[in-house]
Amino acid sequence: MFYRRAGIRHTRYQDERQIWPLPFDRGLVIAVFLLALAAPFFLDRLYLVGYMLPWIIWSTAALGLNFLMGGAGQIHLGYGAVIAIGAYGSVHMVRSGIPFEIAMIGGGLLSASVGIVFGAAALRVKGLYLAMATLAMQYIVDFVIVHFPTISGGTQATIQVPRVSFLGLAVVGDAPTYYVALFVCIVVTLFMLNVKRTSLGRALAAVREKDYAAAIIGVNTFRYKLLAFWVSSFIGGVVGSVLAVCYYRAISPDQFHLELSIQLVAMVIVGGLGSVLGSFFGAALILFAPILLNQAIGFMAGGMGVAISTDLRSHVPLMLYGAMIIGFLLWEPLGLAKIYSNIRNYFLVWPFRHARQ
Amino acid sequence: MDMLLIAELSINGVFVGLMYALVAAGIVLIYKTSGIANLAQGALAMMGGYAAWAFATLAGLPIWLWLPAALVAMFFAGALLERLALRRMVGQPIIMVIMLTLGIEIMLRGILPGFFGSSVKRLDIGIPTTPLFVGELFLNRATLIGGAVSLATILLAILFFNSRLGIIMRAVSDDQTASWSVGIKVERAIALAWGLSAVMATIAGVLWGATQGVDWSLSLLLIKALAIAILGGLDSLPGVVIAGIIVGLAESLATGIVDPIVGGGTRDVVASVIIVLTLILRPHGLFGREHIERV
Repeated sequence: MFYRRAGIRHTRYQDERQIWPLPFDRGLVIAVFLLALAAPFFLDRLYLVGYMLPWIIWSTAALGLNFLMGGAGQIHLGYGAVIAIGAYGSVHMVRSGIPFEIAMIGGGLLSASVGIVFGAAALRVKGLYLAMATLAMQYIVDFVIVHFPTISGGTQATIQVPRVSFLGLAVVGDAPTYYVALFVCIVVTLFMLNVKRTSLGRALAAVREKDYAAAIIGVNTFRYKLLAFWVSSFIGGVVGSVLAVCYYRAISPDQFHLELSIQLVAMVIVGGLGSVLGSFFGAALILFAPILLNQAIGFMAGGMGVAISTDLRSHVPLMLYGAMIIGFLLWEPLGLAKIYSNIRNYFLVWPFRHARQ
Repeated sequence: MDMLLIAELSINGVFVGLMYALVAAGIVLIYKTSGIANLAQGALAMMGGYAAWAFATLAGLPIWLWLPAALVAMFFAGALLERLALRRMVGQPIIMVIMLTLGIEIMLRGILPGFFGSSVKRLDIGIPTTPLFVGELFLNRATLIGGAVSLATILLAILFFNSRLGIIMRAVSDDQTASWSVGIKVERAIALAWGLSAVMATIAGVLWGATQGVDWSLSLLLIKALAIAILGGLDSLPGVVIAGIIVGLAESLATGIVDPIVGGGTRDVVASVIIVLTLILRPHGLFGREHIERV
């Protein structure tokens, strides 16, 4: 119905290799893009700052993690630490007078260079050890940030982010911060969409499927795994600086604990490993489902007189993350992206289901 | 440095390390039979602690009744976990399976404190709280008994691997397809491994619950257990004992000696440092078997 393929003829190879070969998809993307661009003008401030902005930032982070987990098949349980390094690095650079644009890249480079050390240690062995090494990285980075007053400003301290400007635009107020986050998100999204079509993307896909087989056909697996680690950590660092400057505005170590890493892993799995669209879906579900459920519980407690303890309410997000990770892994391992693609495929030939797609 | 303090830290550290090792032994048991690193082991220990507390306090049973009840309940909980969740993942990439155990750990960490209340629960197993003085050394009675019980449990597990069932499990860990072809019920062996490791987790949970109370922080045993399992080699039960002692010692000495210098918190980072160092210097651990992979 919507995604009619009939009557669309590709006469050149380039046409068929477009990211969105169907006109409906292209229209949809343009519509979503315009909506995102116009969001500050029609969205209430609460929704813009409380929902849109975190969704965009967390989606960008999920994209970075998805590059590693879905693209190269490497597990990372310490992505929160990567983001923390980027955040602290760029904030300290901004405070010492370096322009935000450079500090953002600098934060990314810092994250990438620290992340790659742990990656290099773990990549000598296989997936399961990598999980533990990255988990260890989370704890070590947390410890270092908290216990070195020059980084965190003391154990319980928060660091204020000074006013900055991005490409000539002063990052103050709701709309400019939103646009900065959106800009970074779009750049990362475009990178993720296109990387699959490059030699890097193909090499990573080979490594993901079977690293020994990839090595036999001439892919330097260690190098590409390390490269994937580097790129993913770089994106994480950039997201960290965006998170610090555009969202938190004052950073403290407890914003980047293991919970953040778990949240991001849950986003990637729920959204769909290796899917760009899935990262956005996953981020939305993981960010907003606990809020909605909490409101529903609050409504039940308030409106229907069901007694619900505060302990239960405060643990709802954890239960939900766990349940969603388990549920998706068992019943839909490819996540929300696969559900979307099933619906899309259904509508491709609707109402002629017997026709081949 | 005071020699007495170091001796005291070392002895307490060794016994605490043995208590950590009990959690690590569960990870090794599961890894040996099914090749899965169980990231939910810490949460299983927490669940065991909560189960014991529920039987002891909520149901009001005496100790000779609530302890077996908790062990049996947790054995079936572990086996059920394998049957309902892990078995469906056979043949999936390892990253998916690790994620699943992580999902289980997150969910347990939400469900148990959520429904039972997140305040610290007291669990009394009848160990007097008065400290023990050996000469001039000041020792913690709960830790001593806990370490001894842990060591005994791990030794029992090592002995178990020489029984008929244990030989079946060794065969399964060696080659699942080959064991299948000679008539071994591979699924049952793996379910048994999960049940047994849940039982070990419960013992650990009860011992830790008796020393520090039952709450969500029992699941933090995971990172220490992982450090021990990796240092000892993921498929070696004797390695767990040695590595447990090393990790316990390192942690205790770091807490006593490094903490005053950097201002606290080294306790939590020692395990992580050991993981990273092991992976850099000797990725397969002290006693682990090196795997040769074929395409």
